[in-house]
Amino acid sequence: MSDGLDIVGLSAWYGTDRVLADVQMEIRPGQVTAIIGPSGCGKSTLLRCLNRMHEELPNARATGSVMFGDWDLYAPDSDPTDVRLHIGMVFQRPNPFPTMTVFENVVAGLKLRGHYDRVNLKERAEQAMRQAGVWDELKDRLNKPGGRLSGGQQQRLCIARALAVEPQVLLMDEPASALDPISTQLVEDTIVQLKNEVTIVIVTHNMQQAARISDRTAFMLRESAERPAALIEIDDTRQMFTKPIDKRTEAYITGRFG
Amino acid sequence: MSEVSQSPRTEHDAETPVRRRLRIGDSVLSGTTVLISVGLVALLAALLWVLEQGAAPAFMKYGLNFFTSRQWDPVNDRFGALPYIYGTVVTSTLAILSALPISVGLALLLNEVRSRLLRNPLTVLVDLLAAIPSVVYGLWGLFVLAPFLNRYLAPALGATLGKLPILSALFVPTPAVGNMLNAGIILAIMIIPIITAVTREVIATVPHDLREAAMALGATRYEAIRMAVLPHARSGIVGATMLGLGRALGETIAVSMLIGNGLGISASLLAPGYTIPAIIANEFREATSTGMQHSALLALALVLVAIALFLAAASRLLVRRSERMGS
Repeated sequence: MSDGLDIVGLSAWYGTDRVLADVQMEIRPGQVTAIIGPSGCGKSTLLRCLNRMHEELPNARATGSVMFGDWDLYAPDSDPTDVRLHIGMVFQRPNPFPTMTVFENVVAGLKLRGHYDRVNLKERAEQAMRQAGVWDELKDRLNKPGGRLSGGQQQRLCIARALAVEPQVLLMDEPASALDPISTQLVEDTIVQLKNEVTIVIVTHNMQQAARISDRTAFMLRESAERPAALIEIDDTRQMFTKPIDKRTEAYITGRFG
Repeated sequence: MSEVSQSPRTEHDAETPVRRRLRIGDSVLSGTTVLISVGLVALLAALLWVLEQGAAPAFMKYGLNFFTSRQWDPVNDRFGALPYIYGTVVTSTLAILSALPISVGLALLLNEVRSRLLRNPLTVLVDLLAAIPSVVYGLWGLFVLAPFLNRYLAPALGATLGKLPILSALFVPTPAVGNMLNAGIILAIMIIPIITAVTREVIATVPHDLREAAMALGATRYEAIRMAVLPHARSGIVGATMLGLGRALGETIAVSMLIGNGLGISASLLAPGYTIPAIIANEFREATSTGMQHSALLALALVLVAIALFLAAASRLLVRRSERMGS
């Protein structure tokens, strides 16, 4: 069973523009948490703060704390590289390493962690690729370049790459928004199967997707460009999509704006 | 125009003025590009042809001896190119081997350093290095670098690498002031700016996605560079190296000031040598039309072109093979 995340007083900036203000949110272990909201509401920024990728952008910084068990990811002695060894990420645009083969892509993270035993790598690669629903399609093309696959295969390869290192938390930034319906279905299946093993946080602009796969849903909103985005509400997904407490949430999920 | 908007069918029935104008643009573009590319190939062919015509008498007379003989004796009309080929290859190789790691490191630094305060002056400085005329490099090399190297670097290399079994042959000391090591090092300094500038551009084009992919897996900066940046930039770095090599092979003045212009062929980098551009520059004025000297110099020029083309082709092959291996 993996740990969850407890976000306490998290704020994020791009230069002098404060995009996130004081977010408090609990990500429960072994659950799928969806973050929804209109474009520019800071949901991707929040996600990228959870593995400290946000601060890698020019002029970007974040303050506050994210508790991972009893480890504060934002403590002064906390190393961002260590954070990412435990918290994996899948990006919106598939980004397999084009100069590596399919197999090398999947085991890239394992090699970073010092695993070099060929047999062990093979086993773990197969397991991760099965979890990502891409094993049957690619098992005969393990030595082909990772960049020559279809978009859906590339994204599932990236999911396999993230899963191969057995992360405790997996962050997904609109993982299916660039994919065809069949690939989207496969990615959603993967997420549902991973439940209970891995804590998943998924940013999506697709409300049906959030409703289908998540246990809890968070709604974020940036009400004006002068003010930072904030978490409006987080609750059980069913509750959120049937009886949201906040009027703004209701307006968004019923399609009245955004 | 008005006809088009009224009835879309005319677009298929006949050429509208707009379409015709577009088509003219297309044909002008394709015409000029074909002309330029054919012209470039023709220019290269003409150059090679002239060189070949001029070099033919020397090749005819000396045959393969031209490549294996160490004699260069205009008085007795005997010419052999081996010392020049050797000197050219050794100094250029030395220059590339020492310039490449420094340049790639510098390019990475210029890309990775976040502080503008440090990055911009460094970038300008490197570009300025490329703009210094080579005769200035030669003078500086002769008066400053060579004495320094002869006093400190050569003995230091002799005392360290020179003690190793095979490498010792490279560092046998000689009393000569000019030598191949000095020439190679000045060449390296001259080509570092070119290789750095091109490599920096290539590295800047590596998609940010890939770097993020590596970092999200827990890669440190160095590991992300090794996993995502360098493999992606590899063929561009080879191209940059070729540019540098081209300059190193053809560099005349600075090298001829520093290499000692000696005809021996010695394994020791501390011995004097001679290069193809240096001998051409030193002797083309004296070459008379009666003897073979004129033709021999042109033959040397042809050899230089052949070396450059061969190395360029070989490096392309190397890149393609390593890309296919996918390693």
